[in-house]
Amino acid sequence: LITVKHKSPLYFKINSELFTLTYGALVTQLCKDYENDEEVNKQLDKMGYNIGVRLIEDFLARSSVGRCQDFRETADVIAKVAFKTYLGVTPSVTNWSPAGDEFSLILESNPLVDFVELPDNHNALIYSNLLCGVLRGALEMVQMAVDVKFVQDTLRGDNVTEIRMKFIKRIEENLPAGDE
Amino acid sequence: MADDALFEFLHMEIVAHVYRDLQFIKGETDNKDRASRVSILEGMGYRVGQGLIERLTRDSPCFKDELDVMKFICKDFWTKVFRRQVDNLRTNHQGTYVLQDNKFNLLTQLSNGKQYLDQAPKYLAFSCGVVRGALSNLGLESVVTAEVSIMPSCKFQVVIQKL
Repeated sequence: LITVKHKSPLYFKINSELFTLTYGALVTQLCKDYENDEEVNKQLDKMGYNIGVRLIEDFLARSSVGRCQDFRETADVIAKVAFKTYLGVTPSVTNWSPAGDEFSLILESNPLVDFVELPDNHNALIYSNLLCGVLRGALEMVQMAVDVKFVQDTLRGDNVTEIRMKFIKRIEENLPAGDE
Repeated sequence: MADDALFEFLHMEIVAHVYRDLQFIKGETDNKDRASRVSILEGMGYRVGQGLIERLTRDSPCFKDELDVMKFICKDFWTKVFRRQVDNLRTNHQGTYVLQDNKFNLLTQLSNGKQYLDQAPKYLAFSCGVVRGALSNLGLESVVTAEVSIMPSCKFQVVIQKL
């Protein structure tokens, strides 16, 4: 369903292939199991969320990054530490909203889509949508509610891949009833 | 790069998804239902195994015999996929191989010992497929199964199909 093309050895990254190939197999399977692209996108987001809420612990253990003071710092940590650690790429952080509550991550190359081509009948598929869920789930665990979505995608013919992140609100930590 | 962790998280979520989100036809027996879910995971692993072996052996010379292939699987391939080498390889020299991995990395998160033993097959199905897919691209059709008696140690049984 989703064809896999070879690229030259220059793009050959040994370690990331297991993840990339597995991810491709997952998307292919979801396209079989669900009727339309919107359903697949939703499922990818949900699975990403489930991964994100656990991945954050792994990340915090690995990186010993402290609490971010503001959303700008969060953006930097996501781009320069998290993406670098897990995907080996460092997106640039740009297009800040005037209020400082929205920014874009720009990826020149998206490691998830190495060797992937979308067939014609999947125009609404957001192939890498898992990433949106991961970011949303991870940030929720550090008390931030965010909205994350792809606005550009090299798989769909855009020049770059752009993820837009918007800060919604701070999530109050839930204290058990009776605590002061 | 810590994408090994990312793969492990993805694998766990894929297993969870197959058991949580897929609805099968009502009235199917538990056994049939379980077999379907396992085969979905195994099928995904198969495709991944095929893809991985292509990249890994692109510049390698041909293997001289079946045993050579199995040794490659136990060393280079296992290291690439499961981050360590197989601890022990046994064969009856008639097409059956048993690969023992004492610290299988997709089981280490589950438990040490006997807890969750009944859950282990779910977490091995994908890997069996990966091995079967790799062998298939190397020209060997096989049946691959895995068994666990004490986690995280497990044994993969590979039976090469003679055509």
